[in-house]
Amino acid sequence: MTRFFQTLKTAPYTAWFGMAVILLVAIIAILAPVIAPYGETAVVGEQYEPWSSQFLLGTDNLGRDMFSRLIYGTRNTVGLALLTTAIAFTVGSLLGIVAAVVGGMTDRLLSRIIDVIMAIPSLILALMLLTIVGASIASMVLVIALIYVAPVFRLARASAQSVVVMDYIQAARLRGEGLGWLVVREVLPNIASTLVAEFGLRFCFVFLFIAALSFLGLGIQPPTADWGSMLKENATLISFGDITPLLPAAAIAVLTVSINFVVDWMLHRSSGLKD
Amino acid sequence: MKTVGKDRPPLLTIRDLRIEGKSTNGWTRLVDGVDLDLARGEVLGLIGESGAGKSTLGLAAMGFTRDGCRITSGSIGFDGIDLARCGEHVRRDFRGKRIAYVAQSAAASFNPAHKLIDQHCEAPVVKKVMPRAKAEAEAVELYRKMRLPQPEGIGFRYPHQVSGGQLQRAMTAMAMACKPDLIIFDEPTTALDVTTQIEVLASIRDIVEQFGTAAIYISHDLAVVAQMADRIMVLKNGRTVETAETRTMLSAPQEEYTKSLWAVRSLERPRQERGTGARPVMSLKNVDAGYGAAKVLEDVSFDIHCGQTVAVVGESGSGKSTAARVISGILKPSRGEVLFEGRKLPADYLSRSREDLRHVQMIYQMPDTALNPRQSIRDIIGRPVEFYLGLKGREKEQRIRALLEQIELDPAIYMDRRPTELSGGQKQRIGIARALAAEPKFIICDEVTSALDQLVAAGILALLARVQKERDLALMFITHDLATVKAVADEVVVMQHGRVVETGAVETVFANPAHAYTTHLLQSVPEMDPDWLTRRTMSNRAVPA
Amino acid sequence: MGRIWILVGERLALGVITLLVVSALIFVGVELLPGDLAQEILGQSATPETVAAFRHELGLDQPAIQRYFHWLLGAVQGDFGTSLANNRPISELLSVRLGNTLFLAAFAATVSIPLALTLGILAALYRNSIFDRLCNVVALIWVSLPEFFVAYVLILFLAVRVALFPSLSNIDPGMPFGELVYRSFLPALTLVLVVMAHMMRMTRAAIINVLASPYIEMARLKGMSRLRVILYHALPNALAPIINVVALNLAYLVVGVVVVEVVFVYPGLGQLFVDAVTHRDVMVVQSVGLLFAAAYILLNLIADVLSIVTNPRLMGERR
Repeated sequence: MTRFFQTLKTAPYTAWFGMAVILLVAIIAILAPVIAPYGETAVVGEQYEPWSSQFLLGTDNLGRDMFSRLIYGTRNTVGLALLTTAIAFTVGSLLGIVAAVVGGMTDRLLSRIIDVIMAIPSLILALMLLTIVGASIASMVLVIALIYVAPVFRLARASAQSVVVMDYIQAARLRGEGLGWLVVREVLPNIASTLVAEFGLRFCFVFLFIAALSFLGLGIQPPTADWGSMLKENATLISFGDITPLLPAAAIAVLTVSINFVVDWMLHRSSGLKD
Repeated sequence: MKTVGKDRPPLLTIRDLRIEGKSTNGWTRLVDGVDLDLARGEVLGLIGESGAGKSTLGLAAMGFTRDGCRITSGSIGFDGIDLARCGEHVRRDFRGKRIAYVAQSAAASFNPAHKLIDQHCEAPVVKKVMPRAKAEAEAVELYRKMRLPQPEGIGFRYPHQVSGGQLQRAMTAMAMACKPDLIIFDEPTTALDVTTQIEVLASIRDIVEQFGTAAIYISHDLAVVAQMADRIMVLKNGRTVETAETRTMLSAPQEEYTKSLWAVRSLERPRQERGTGARPVMSLKNVDAGYGAAKVLEDVSFDIHCGQTVAVVGESGSGKSTAARVISGILKPSRGEVLFEGRKLPADYLSRSREDLRHVQMIYQMPDTALNPRQSIRDIIGRPVEFYLGLKGREKEQRIRALLEQIELDPAIYMDRRPTELSGGQKQRIGIARALAAEPKFIICDEVTSALDQLVAAGILALLARVQKERDLALMFITHDLATVKAVADEVVVMQHGRVVETGAVETVFANPAHAYTTHLLQSVPEMDPDWLTRRTMSNRAVPA
Repeated sequence: MGRIWILVGERLALGVITLLVVSALIFVGVELLPGDLAQEILGQSATPETVAAFRHELGLDQPAIQRYFHWLLGAVQGDFGTSLANNRPISELLSVRLGNTLFLAAFAATVSIPLALTLGILAALYRNSIFDRLCNVVALIWVSLPEFFVAYVLILFLAVRVALFPSLSNIDPGMPFGELVYRSFLPALTLVLVVMAHMMRMTRAAIINVLASPYIEMARLKGMSRLRVILYHALPNALAPIINVVALNLAYLVVGVVVVEVVFVYPGLGQLFVDAVTHRDVMVVQSVGLLFAAAYILLNLIADVLSIVTNPRLMGERR
């Protein structure tokens, strides 16, 4: 634990900023109903009311409180992105390690399937899949998770492959260890730090992806508050020079920047204090 | 051997040099107050184990420090200019022109993107020493002097198209391109096989002598340095242990540390006689094996008996490691069989019983990759104890303690450490304990000492000999180092191009080799005699190949 | 026949196979669509006879395999069938929009690639300097920004507050070139900003990675200048990863246009695609999806081939 704090001390300002933002977002997401002055979908005023003491950030195109929706949006957008990333990671990294450990036909088959998924641009693939299965929160989560299994698989496989050639893996194989032991006890601990950093990066991508889908009207559906669709719904205001609709987008930007700052620092550290 | 003239003018004068390197907890001393003098045309040998600061000192002689290192004090006088204090442009101008460098791995140190000749001519042309055409003509001449095949054509190849020994010679030729005053040789033959090494050594020595170039020759191998250097300097932990002329240093070392370095070279062990008629523990019978279409083993047979050590020697590509892979069941032979106590073992380790797996254990070459860095010593040794012997809880704990004591590591200190917190020798001991934990009858030792310093290696060999005696183990000892064979083995199997060329008791084979290759191999091993290389090359030239 | 051309041939074959597999997947995906296509278009009130007649007209009564090859052959010849939404031939919709999208992507690429590579090389050259750190932080922030955020910020500042450029890019191919550039300036700028940071970071990383090699130390020990070490010794060995990054970003440009086109109401493929998805016009989705996938696979293929051809370890075998 002391070592953990010592490591924290060496963090650059950017990483500190990142960690602070992540913590703040987590608190807002958890305490959303307590913080938000109005309900998520409650119509409480006129259309497009300006900023005031009653409506801190004004109201949206249907007269709902922007500030409250922004807070609820944290919960929805971040929560769904987290869920999606978690699914993609569990499936992708397990398959990737198994492919590297088992090798042979299993590896080739899995890799070819992943190659095909990676061969289609992700946004196009997502849109096509959503056309087929229809837009809903569950299908969106599954579709994006499926798409992101591919890069996670590739990374997990590549890093596991560099571990699998080590003599200690050969020693474990020759001891007669089963697949489960090899994957969980021998390989996974050695690539965990790479995967954690990747989780951060992928979370950002997934998060931006969900936001983009919602922005295109194909992700999280109204009336659920979500940062991507909030921008879409209120975009008209921008042509009047009002920045309010940009706030949810700015929130997305600040969170992804923060995560990237932290991940960058982690990667920098794990690369062995170089440069 | 050149005679050392005391009257030759000084070229390099290093005084009280201190260099520090950045590590996880602050700065560590790499070179700690070293003085060094080198006259024009003189060759100085730098000897020391890993971490002694040889390379750091060698690079500092060029005014160069690696990233993350800094010179904290002292001076590096090269021909009247202090390289530690002059401007970067002065240093840069000297490098390649007046001081050149030959790296350990030529294969990695040549740029894969450019032809050899382009890299050769780079320094002379960029530094305006001579025009390109002249540099090219001289390159061919240097290639010829270094006895490279097809000196006119070889420069137009890319590095990956040329063999390791030839690359090392091409790199020496490149260092000579501007006729420098000083060349730093940083372990130039360490990565080569012995029979290649002798040729490279001879050509390096000839060219240095011919041009009268001063050199610093860095190596961990005393016998090699003895051939090359007029004077030898022994380094330990960044400090000078002693300096003397080569002959004096070899015959009468002053310091304890130097003496111990000398002593480990002459380890020998009492031979174990094989009980006649006894059934071998492990046998290979007429094994052919290969990877895809490439055949690596052809008709290989040998036996290993209880309580005996059989050394399998050969150069890289001889198939000695492949033989081990066949025995352990990682590689399926295309013909022939593996017998354990007279019983045929399944070719694939996946089809072997847990009991069979238990009796064939392995100790690896690189201690760094042999132990899982994310497991504690307790887990590493405890797993086979639990897996094979079914011991749990207190019994398992006691067994781990006993094993640690057996390998001379204090359980109280080391039990819960991780491999990264151990030294190379300690890691190798843990590797031995892991193999012993299975209570096997047979252990494969794959180049177990080649990644270790000599003194540490000697300790490992002694440990192996002791546990072998205690447990009546059969050991298969794979090595390329004939000195190690003498120190550990009862019998020797000599391999070349995937075939066994000779087998027999160590004394017999070493004293009266029956096969020409064995003779060649034995004669290529450098001896601690400064005249060895001269004698050897003379005799080679007398008998045209 | 050098090893290099065998490798290239293998990649090309693999690319064609991937394209076939992807097209089959797209086709099967649409096949799996719940409900009957003809029924859906005609509505619930249609009699079974009219539905059957319409199915025949669409060719839906033929076996799937046959329809797949019919569709694929058509697509290769530029015939994508007819749109379900407005009954016009899809190829007519596509040709103009494809041109527009390619124009936008090319515009962004010509600005961003040289700029990003130069900045990346400079950052590697002056590693750990103020310039490098600044580049690094700015790039890090930039890769984290959603495209629509960048797009709207540009609109807010360059179109609304200061009316420098139009916020709506309604272009048509008949316009003079200058007008085209002017109208598509904001979407192009958005794309440039979005891809540049990533490309720059990867270029820097690729070079710095190579800088750790022993042959770089050798070059420094030969007394070569920093610039020469980077340009002559590091860059040729970093080419393959850099080419890959460039291709990846080009591929991204072609796809990333979707969101940007929507924001700026730019009449390109992306717009068309999103509209088709929203209206569930499966025939158009199918066709545009195939087109995007083909462009993406092609660019990745080019990257693969180029990185084989520039691989130093395969040099000397090129002939």
